[in-house]
Amino acid sequence: MKQTDIQTMDPIPSPAHEKRITPDKVKRFLINNLVTILFVILCAVGLRLSGLSMAFYLNDIVSRFARNSFLVLALIIPVMAGMGLNFAIVLGAMAGQGAIIFVTHWGIAGMNGILLSVLICTPIAILLGWMTGRLLNRARGKEMITSLILGFFANGVYQLIFLIMVGSPLIPMKNEVLVLSSGVGLRSTIDLSGGLRYAIDDVIRTPFPQFVMYLSLIGALYLVSVIIRMRSGKVMVQQYSKKRLITLFLLLLAAMIWGLVTSLSVSMINSVRVPAFTMIIIAVLCLFNIFIVKTKLGQDFRTVGQDQHIAEVSGINVSRTRVLAIVMSTLLAAWGQIIFLQNLGAFSTYGSHEQVGMFASAAILIGGASVSKATVGHAILGTILFHTLFIVSPLAGRNLFGDAQLGEYFRSFVAYGVIGVALGLHAWKKLMQAKNQKKV
Amino acid sequence: MITPDVRRFGAVKDTLKSFGLPRIIIVVFLVLLWAISMFLEIPFPQLLSDTLVRWGMNGVLVLAMMPSILAGTGLYFGLPIGIICGLLGGVIAIELNLVGITAFFAAIAFSIPFAFVLGWVYGFMLNRIKGSEMTVATYVGFSIVSLMCIFWSMAPFKSPAMAWPIGRGLRVTISLADRYEKVLNNFLSFNIFGIMIPTGLILFLLLMCLIVVLFFNTKTGIALKAGGENPRFAQSSGINVDTMRIVGTIFSTVLGAIGILVYSQSFGFIQLYTAPLFMGFLAAAAILIGGASIKKATILHVLLGTFLFQGLLVVALPVANKVATLGSLAEISRIIVSNGVILYALAQHSGD
Repeated sequence: MKQTDIQTMDPIPSPAHEKRITPDKVKRFLINNLVTILFVILCAVGLRLSGLSMAFYLNDIVSRFARNSFLVLALIIPVMAGMGLNFAIVLGAMAGQGAIIFVTHWGIAGMNGILLSVLICTPIAILLGWMTGRLLNRARGKEMITSLILGFFANGVYQLIFLIMVGSPLIPMKNEVLVLSSGVGLRSTIDLSGGLRYAIDDVIRTPFPQFVMYLSLIGALYLVSVIIRMRSGKVMVQQYSKKRLITLFLLLLAAMIWGLVTSLSVSMINSVRVPAFTMIIIAVLCLFNIFIVKTKLGQDFRTVGQDQHIAEVSGINVSRTRVLAIVMSTLLAAWGQIIFLQNLGAFSTYGSHEQVGMFASAAILIGGASVSKATVGHAILGTILFHTLFIVSPLAGRNLFGDAQLGEYFRSFVAYGVIGVALGLHAWKKLMQAKNQKKV
Repeated sequence: MITPDVRRFGAVKDTLKSFGLPRIIIVVFLVLLWAISMFLEIPFPQLLSDTLVRWGMNGVLVLAMMPSILAGTGLYFGLPIGIICGLLGGVIAIELNLVGITAFFAAIAFSIPFAFVLGWVYGFMLNRIKGSEMTVATYVGFSIVSLMCIFWSMAPFKSPAMAWPIGRGLRVTISLADRYEKVLNNFLSFNIFGIMIPTGLILFLLLMCLIVVLFFNTKTGIALKAGGENPRFAQSSGINVDTMRIVGTIFSTVLGAIGILVYSQSFGFIQLYTAPLFMGFLAAAAILIGGASIKKATILHVLLGTFLFQGLLVVALPVANKVATLGSLAEISRIIVSNGVILYALAQHSGD
């Protein structure tokens, strides 16, 4: 029973008490969202120091968001199942990357190439996910460190395959562009231009203001449907307070008008083009993550996440459920890496998957997630904030200290530090709760 | 009914199990590689000398894992913290223009206060996050390395041996050639059957081991071990487990600081910036190969593990070069072996 305490500490206030804002509540909100608030401040200061123009920043952040958020969203299911941050999404990313390498070698371009990559990487990712899940089941209570080390280990195997085996009789590959001059091992960078580059992004490109307009239009339509259903009594009224609905509606309206006005006027922002199709794929994954909670499987994940023993007693196959969570996460990561690489256009063969688990974890934690709770909102906010820091810190470092390298160091300090602090705070909270329970 | 055969088989299985699967694989692999290297006419005495040197130079870093494991805080992935303290000491010794054995011991003396303070703070923090020490330690270690990158590139050191000729900050690698390169290695070293014995280095490692053994026989040391083995029992018999965990962490940090100085003097360079990032994992792998677990470790595990692991790394490079002319194979096998061993150890203790 007491296991649910973590949930009751949620920063989301219940609608019934929403109207009164007490100092206590403000304090609690600040403490619960400390990491996120600090980051918002950091990003705002950095943005100012970097001296970037709005259009340039928007262009960069939209592109980075489309590139990365799928990978960040892949972390949510294992958190739900109580397995913490799955640093082993690196394995999924490797499957996706491997598929892309072979498709590039065969010279299949465009959407066909993407579909083929998905087809190839899916069974591999499922297999890797299954093995990861089995391993993590053997290291219960230490899932995160195990998945982290597993990522390093898998990187060794990846190098063995693509640096030693490719081109040798084991995996024959004749390709002067991809393979090193010795005939064995891939070159350290792979160029996707003329092949898979932007294959997903370029399906639909919409100017940013128009994109905002359409997005808010969809949001407004959804709100209207909620209001209609509320009238007919299908949706519980308490779930959405009236004031909230009206505020939301006005906000969406404002966004729509801004989009319309900007797209009709002459503005640099019109040159920011959103890869709308990629965004749609991301939105589908968001919806998937939201709706899976309502299925039997999603409920199993949550039950297992809250208490493995109770889950077992109530007839859930805990080990299987946990393996399934990791399989799904790994598979999503594989697809996510494909989206990532087609946007990047050229990638480092032995480096671009390495940091995937770490950066995705840092991003979701910055968005306000913890080891035991992560939502789509956390993932989206975190991706935006984390990448804002990525964009501004080298420039801010140069402007502030005359050295862009310092900004880079600062960036990795923050990424590592955020994970350390967030994990530490969570462990501390859990320990304090256990102590309090003992006293009671 | 159990036939004697089955029983004997069971006993063999138990012995194998207690020896540890990774250790068996590594030993077999090492012997195999040695055999191949002889076949390939790679000079064996040279291999053995190299192994001895790397054994001595890595030994203290691996030893740093031990107090942490025994105090119950798991593998000491915070090793980069200790390493950074050692590097600070080493850099200060150069700044003061010290040379020779004085410089080496001065560097140790300078680094110990840093290690003591940081170890204390770090141990204090570890007490707040019981159960997640290893994960948090990894990231705290990483973030401190990155923070120190900023420090190194702004540090106000003036010695021309270390600073860039123009601009601020320290170089990425600092040569110790005219400072204290190999002061331990060359002390009383001699040749026997073509094998070079780095006497001073090995003596220093054994001295450090002796200090650790002596420490674990003092009252504090015994209390520390008791706290690690069974915290609740220790607490109820009047031992302050939290204090003991801090003592263990401080001890590990200090050993880490000394360890990197031993490593640097043998290597001939001080490596700053991101170099310490993964050293914690290599040290952890070495002690695990020696037969330690995340809860149990002895001096024998440290010495044996370091020897096996480093022996493997030393022989892997020339063999890989001769067989396939692929230098990266040695690096790759290091990644796979070290992380594979850590994974194996983590998967052994489910449900703790």
